Amino acid sequence: MNARVLDRTLIYGIAVLLAVWVLIPFYIIAISAFTPQAKIFDYPKPLIPTTFSTETMQFFVDARGVIPSVLNSVLVAVFTIVFGLALGTPAGYALARFHFRGREAFQVIVLATKMFPIAILSIPLAVTFLQLGLYDNLVSVALVHTAMALPFIILVTGGVFVAVSHELEEAAQTLGCSRWGAFLRVALPLALPGLAAAAIFTFVVSWNEVFAATILTLRTRTLPAQVLAGLGTSPLGFKFAGGLFMALPAVVFIFMIRRYLINLWGSR
Amino acid sequence: MSGIGIQNATKLFGKTQALKGISIDIRDGEFMVLLGPSGCGKTTLLRCVAGLERLDGGNVRIGERDVTDLAPRHRNIAMVFQSYAVFPHMTVAGNIGFGLRMHRVPKAQVDTRVREGAELLGLSPFLERYPAQLSGGQRQRVAVARALVMDAPVLLMDEPLSNLDALLRLQARADLKRLHKEVKRTTIYVTHDQVEAMSMGDRIAVMREGSIEQIGAPMDIYDNPASQFVGGFIGSPPMNFLRGAVRDGNFAGEGFSVPMSRPRVDLQGREIVLGVRAEHITIGADGVPARVLVVEPLGSHALVTALVGKTAVKVQAPIDVGVRPDQAINLRFDEATVRWMDAGTGAAVQH
Repeated sequence: MNARVLDRTLIYGIAVLLAVWVLIPFYIIAISAFTPQAKIFDYPKPLIPTTFSTETMQFFVDARGVIPSVLNSVLVAVFTIVFGLALGTPAGYALARFHFRGREAFQVIVLATKMFPIAILSIPLAVTFLQLGLYDNLVSVALVHTAMALPFIILVTGGVFVAVSHELEEAAQTLGCSRWGAFLRVALPLALPGLAAAAIFTFVVSWNEVFAATILTLRTRTLPAQVLAGLGTSPLGFKFAGGLFMALPAVVFIFMIRRYLINLWGSR
Repeated sequence: MSGIGIQNATKLFGKTQALKGISIDIRDGEFMVLLGPSGCGKTTLLRCVAGLERLDGGNVRIGERDVTDLAPRHRNIAMVFQSYAVFPHMTVAGNIGFGLRMHRVPKAQVDTRVREGAELLGLSPFLERYPAQLSGGQRQRVAVARALVMDAPVLLMDEPLSNLDALLRLQARADLKRLHKEVKRTTIYVTHDQVEAMSMGDRIAVMREGSIEQIGAPMDIYDNPASQFVGGFIGSPPMNFLRGAVRDGNFAGEGFSVPMSRPRVDLQGREIVLGVRAEHITIGADGVPARVLVVEPLGSHALVTALVGKTAVKVQAPIDVGVRPDQAINLRFDEATVRWMDAGTGAAVQH
């Protein structure tokens, strides 16, 4: 057994361990969500579901406030994407193209906001919003989510535009485009897949965010806020079903854009 | 009609002066090559003509128009980039027609001109392909076709052949020269390859550190370099240089003495450099003694490197010259072709 085989075994071993660590709770949530309510407390839990039923999921979807909160969540996420890309794309483009004074400092500051846990950021943000009277509506939640997603959007779009050669835009300019026209006709179409990935990631950030949404909303709750509000009193089946319902879009979307995330994080 | 005039162009990047007051006049239809080592400012000068960089001083004229402050799209130019800058999200036809569409040429006319352009560069079979499906040489031709169909009176090329392999480069060089003969656009061509410059240019501007060292027809520059730098940059092998001083009708340096049949009173006693090309040296029975270092047979001729005193000199000899390393030989310099340069400044001494 040589060193390389040992290396690979080690890497795969750790990878499998991490995957299991994440997947087991997820798996238990998933099978519980599809177990009839009466059998949820069975112990030991059968690892392969014997009875498949949508009864628990149905119960969750039918619960009061769930459907409106899903709609709220989707709307907030869409607003967040619009605000986030409108602000983040120009910033990313500027980082990629221009060597302006304070560029490095700007990059560090953008990253630095990611050093703090979301809870620490969201509470002062939420307090500010309350003081400004911007609360209990979807736009205010979307604004907080935009603030949270923005560093990521700026860094991703910056990376995307770095990958689009500057000479392409210059060529378009010599062929009759203005600076702006060259961006629209050449840089933007080439950056579109990357921007889409940023949009999807923003959706996931907003979809899963719970602190700010809970503090800022009462009547217009997003899904995580709605589920959290009833967490103490709701039956176990409701929690499993809610967990699955919230996790699923994130899992599916992240899977879709994993290529871009791997690019971003320096694959070979 | 569409000549290019550059007057006193200066450009700064931070504190480095990329262009130190350059003036050139390029005639209508002329093929002007900007030649120099990397960092000499040749690409910067081209980009200033294109409008992709702003001049810090001086002005640029295209035809009768002062274009110094105009955006690239208002300058009536077409450009071929070193990386080709072919748009990956468009087909070959889409690429070639891009500029025409931007200028709102009617669709039928775009199609005709795209087909003509593709024909001219042998791209007709590839019109519906995407750049990723093309070879490097084909992509380069797309970039040239895209620039040519614009019918702009001025064509700017930034090292368009430097990313091709040697064989393809030879072919593309001949193609570009043929194209220029056909379309007769005023062309500025940037390269660091002196062979390209010699073979393609009507005139060459040799640049160094942001200034123009010499402008002239290729053979003129080759035969009469204005400085040691130009002589050393143009020609393969570069010009040979021997340092010494003229005394009593001889040019003598460390370990050698060359007799001068034509006395040069003006050079008397001066520290000076003799420049002579490899093909103007013959190996014979008498002359300057030298010792052979290396013999390189190159098919049509042999390149002999010999030591004169302590200086290595390259000699172009017949393939059957029959000398071997360490052999003592005698070299004769063709006196009519010998050039003299000032040892301090490197500038050629008038003769």
